[in-house]
Order: sequence, then C-alpha cells, then structure tokens
Amino acid sequence: MARVWRVRRAPTALPAWLAVVFYAALVTWAAVVLFPLYWIVVTSFKLPIHVYAGPVYLPFVDFMPSLHAWRYLFVDLRNDTLRPFENTVIVALVSSTLALVLGTGAGYGLLRFHYRPRLSAILLFTATAVLVIAAMAERVHGLAAIGGGVLLFLLVRAVLGRSGRTVGNDDIAFWMISQRMLPPVAVVIPIYVMFQRLSLLDTRAALIITYTAVNLPIVVWLMRDYFRNISLELEESAAIDGASPYRIFWSIVLPLATPGLAATFLLVLVFSWNEYLFALFLTSANAQTLPLSIAAQNATRGPMWWYMSVLILIMITPVIAMAIALERYIAKGLLVGALKG
Amino acid sequence: MSKAVDRPGAEEIPSAPGARRIKTGAGLGAARLRAAADWPARQVTTSFVLPAVLLLFFLSIFPLLVSAYLSLTRFQFVPGGFALRWVGLANYGKLLVGIEQSHFLGVPKPPTVVGWLLFGLAASVLLLFAVRGITSASGRRGVVGRAAFAVVAGAGIWLAVRTLTPGGFPGTLLTTLIYVVVGIIVQYWLAFLCAQEVAGRRFFRVVFLLPMMITPVGIAYTFRILMDLGKGPFAPVWRALGLAEVSWANYAWGARLVVMLGDIWQWTPFMFIVLLAALESLPAELIEAAMVDGASRWQLFWRISWPQLIPVTSTLILIRMIEAFKIIDLPNVLTNGGPGTATESLTLHAFMAWRTLDIGGSAAVAYMLLFVVTFAALSYVNLAHRRLAEAA
Repeated sequence: MARVWRVRRAPTALPAWLAVVFYAALVTWAAVVLFPLYWIVVTSFKLPIHVYAGPVYLPFVDFMPSLHAWRYLFVDLRNDTLRPFENTVIVALVSSTLALVLGTGAGYGLLRFHYRPRLSAILLFTATAVLVIAAMAERVHGLAAIGGGVLLFLLVRAVLGRSGRTVGNDDIAFWMISQRMLPPVAVVIPIYVMFQRLSLLDTRAALIITYTAVNLPIVVWLMRDYFRNISLELEESAAIDGASPYRIFWSIVLPLATPGLAATFLLVLVFSWNEYLFALFLTSANAQTLPLSIAAQNATRGPMWWYMSVLILIMITPVIAMAIALERYIAKGLLVGALKG
Repeated sequence: MSKAVDRPGAEEIPSAPGARRIKTGAGLGAARLRAAADWPARQVTTSFVLPAVLLLFFLSIFPLLVSAYLSLTRFQFVPGGFALRWVGLANYGKLLVGIEQSHFLGVPKPPTVVGWLLFGLAASVLLLFAVRGITSASGRRGVVGRAAFAVVAGAGIWLAVRTLTPGGFPGTLLTTLIYVVVGIIVQYWLAFLCAQEVAGRRFFRVVFLLPMMITPVGIAYTFRILMDLGKGPFAPVWRALGLAEVSWANYAWGARLVVMLGDIWQWTPFMFIVLLAALESLPAELIEAAMVDGASRWQLFWRISWPQLIPVTSTLILIRMIEAFKIIDLPNVLTNGGPGTATESLTLHAFMAWRTLDIGGSAAVAYMLLFVVTFAALSYVNLAHRRLAEAA
C-alpha cells in the first residue's frame, strides 16, 4: 500500500478544466517566447522588398527565401563579421575558465579552511595599495613605488603587532558575493583608466580580466553551496592517509562536483557571452565583441533588418544550442542559487 | 609565525579535516611548535582564496574608491593633458538641485487630486509602519531602520506623485525604479500563473530557457523589428486600429512600455523555471497527508504549497531586483534613451555623462545608483526577506 503512494508522485492530478487552463497559459507563453525567434529567422531570409512591402509570414508561401543577407555578411564582409565572433568566443571561454578556476578554489577554501585575517591588516593593505597607485599616477617609477609600498606595509605591520579584530570566513564570503550587487557602471571608469595606463585598452586581455572578476562572485556562491553537499568523510579519510589539500581538492572534491561545475561554467559563459556594458567602455575596434558589433548596426545600417537578423542569429545560436543540450544542468544551477540565497 | 601573516588573508588556522582532529587537546607549547611546522600548510590553504580576493580587490574595491574620488572632482583639459579639479559635492548637488535635476529627478508639477490621495494613502501606510516599529519590541536598530525606510520611501513616492502628473516628466531615477518594480511584479505573476506540475513541463522548460540566454542587445533589435507598426508582423492589426503611421518611439510611455516588454519577455521564464523547480522539490508527504484528510485543491495550494514557496519567491525577487537595477542594453539599443531622456536608466545616464567627458558627473550618477541599490536591497532583506525566509 505504501508503495502505491510512493509511485504516484503527482497525487494532485488536475481536474480537466484546470488542466486546460494551465495548458492554454503555457502554450500562449511558449508562443510569445518562440514567435520573436521565428520572426528573426524568417527575416534573415527576406529580400528588402519583402520587408518594405509590409509583413510576409511564411517562407515559400508568402515569399521566396533568399540567402543574400547571409552571403553579404559571410562572404563580402567576412572579416568584419568573423572577428567579433572570434573575440567573443575567446573572451567568453577564457574568462569563464579563469573565473571557474579561481572561484572554485575560493569557494572550497571558504568552506573547509578557517581564515582569520585581521581587519587592521586589510585596511593597511588597502591604504598602501592606494598610496602605491597614487605614486605611480604621479609618475614615480613603478618598481620604486611597489618596493616602497611593501616596505611601508611591513614596517607598519610590525608596529601594529598581532592584535585587533579579525574577519571570519562568512565575512569574506559575504563580501565576495555582495560584489554581485555592485552596479558595474560604478567601477568601470577607474577600470578604464587602469587598462589605459597598462596599454591594454581595446584588447581581449582587458575584457578577459574584467569578466573574470565580474563572474567570480557567482562562481564562489554557487560552488560553495555545491561543495556543502559533498560529504566530509571522504576528504577526512584522504587527509588521514596523508593527501595534501591540493590533492584532496583535485582528486576527490572536483570529480564529485562535476555537475555543479558544468552548470556554473555554462551560466558564467552565457553572462560573458552577452556582456555589454564593460565591452562598451573597454573596446573600440580590435577587441569588439558581438553584442557591440550588433549594437553598432544601429548607427551604420539603419533599419536593414535582414542583416541585423543574421547577426542576431549567429550571436544567439551557440548559446541556444548549449541551453537545449544542457537544460537540466542550468535549471539545477539556477535553483541552487535561488534557494540558498 | 610572523612571516605567515605578512599579507592580509594569510593568517589562518590550518584545519584541513585531518588536522582538526589531531589538534584537540594539544598544549600551548606544542601548538607553537606545530604552528611553525604548519607554515607550508597555511600557505596552501591561503592559496585557495588569495587569488580571488586579490582580483576582486583590484577590480572592484579599488575602482570603487577611485570612483568615489572621481565623483568629487571635475575633469578638465589643460595644456599637455588633463587635470582633476576638486569640487567637493558639486556633482551630487548638480543632480539633486542643480542643472541636472530635471534629468535625474525629473520635472515636477503640482499633484492632481488623485496624486494627493495616493500620496496620502502611501504616507499613512508608511507612518503606520514606522510607528509599529516603535511599539513592537524590535530593538533600536529596527526602529531606526524602519524610520529611515519610511522617510526615503515617502520621499520617493512624493517624487513619483509629482513627476508622474500630467505635464511633469520623470527623471532617470524614477524610470529605473519603474523598470525594476513593474518588471518584477509582472514577471513574477506571469511565471506564477504558468508554473504548474503538468505533464510535458520539460518541453516548456527548454522553451522558456531560451530568452534568458539571449543577449539583451539582440532582444532589443528583435523587439524593434517586431514592434514596427508599419512593417512588423503585427502591421495588419495596427492598420486596422489606424495606428500604422504612428511610432511608439515618439511617445514617452510607448517607448517605456516597449523596453519593459523586452525585459519581461526575457526574465519571466527565469522566474518560471526556478518556481517550477521549487514546486517539484516540495516534499510530497505533506500533500499526500492533506489529501488523505480530504483537503480541497484550493486548500492544498493555499495552505501547503504556497507557504513553502514564499522563501524562494522572496529570494527570486531579491536576485531580480539587484540585476534589474543594472539595466542599460535594452533602452540604449531600443530607443537610445529617447524620446528625450524618457527611457534612460541610471546606468545609461552615467554612460551618456561619460561620453560627454563629464567624468565626475558620471561617477556621481553611478554612486547614486549604488546608494539606491544598496538601500533597496538592505531594506528588502531586513524588512521582508528575513521574515519571509523564516516563515516556512
């Protein structure tokens, strides 16, 4: 008897009229979601005349599809189309990988080890860093400034000694996660100036570094929650057998966390793939990413919707393919983030 | 020991699971000896966190400090380069009372009768809320928090009432708030209505995942194409209504509506997926027990499922709120902030200021946004989220 109850997972089978209502709502909303995508696909095969004469809906019925827009963008403007694509792929992949590596380590460390940095040390470090960078801005030689900063830091440290309030793991974790709240526009100008000083403006490196930092909080947040559900016993027995923390992390924890890693990586990859604000500030021509090159169509091509549709399609097809292939992981990753918040 | 603490974040007690159990009961002298022996181990644990901490420090805390400084200066070209002239709070003053006031806060008009009524209603609710904070035993911090929230929210509603009356014009601050509040409410209810455990939900989940994956820039163009009243897919409808020659981009509310439509299209599915996953993860035992006891469908939902969904709902709203304040791509591409500044969000406002080399002003707008986000998130967490999360 008990078994029968278990098998019937949905004991609340809907009454027929209610089911109809819900399906109607779902189908309507699915149509709302899919129609814009359909329209973009159709528009990319239209000739200008099909657009200007008013809407035509069905290829082969209302109009003959044409590949002219695709040919124009991929043959005539080959480099202009492919370079942003290449930039986006490289920047998104590299920055997501970096964010995953750094964030996974930090998430694990914050869960398993105890950190107690002193507040005074953190403030001192901030102050010296500010001083060093201010000195460098005043054209003091870089090495001299850094050397002086390190000396100053050590000196004041020794004077201050080892007393004062400490900061715990939870504080560090909260600080990291709260960076997600920070509006990017509040930090983008100094970052711009920084990369300008380093001559990295309009390079992929600048975008990679920035996106890594932007995505770190999400990785720390999701992976810390994921590691929490991994049992400690395996790690403990490995530690007793003399495995180093690196080895435990690499050979035991990471393999167990593969699904979480996949979900987080995808989420972060999509964020980097679609990012707009930092790319808008930090790139101009060489390192331009796809969102920007699409946005630029606004100024140069006006309402040439057929080209625009093609560009939108090549931008969204890879992410959509990924979303469909790995839907299960993404939904789970979203849930972890939302439930544990 | 001394070397280990040279850097912030470097002083930890090694407590890899194995180490912890050895440590219990060790004497002080032994602890000291082991501390020296553990020096390499401590570096190992540090190495897990330090790179992330440093990267975040240099790309978020540090720029934040520099931004604060920039917002107190004025950027000027001087012979041979540029200079930053200290102007104190002038950039903020410009936004709140100076020449940028109409851009940031909007153009106020005396409220209509309806406006007065709405404001009176909101003010009395807020007053009641603050008074209840004093009478209920929630401690001094709770009272101050509630009072601060009541004052700021009251000021916000006063601003809304005055700029949203006919003839008035809401500024970028209010526009951003409208995007956030309206967006979240509509998205949540649409998602909530659809999130049911029906057969075939996997298909819908895949479909609904798509909009979240698409760049907002792409969505903006898609909506421009769709919403073209003369040549878009709905042109026959508009023609029948006599609207084919009209352009929504010329009307403040038309443009705002299209921006919000794009936002809703993108994020309703996110809410849907999370709500559905939360529904699926509810324990079946409670519902089964209630069914055995003869509860009706409505009771099942209202007394059992819904209370368990409240914490997820609350977190969802918090996440969306934090993200929604950052909106820039949609208005920038859809309308370029226009007509006038009707659809400009705060981030876009800051970008426009930056583009005209008003770097101090841009940083000041960004800081205003930071204040608003922080205040909204803190109020929400302290006044609603904590209670809702505990409710279940």
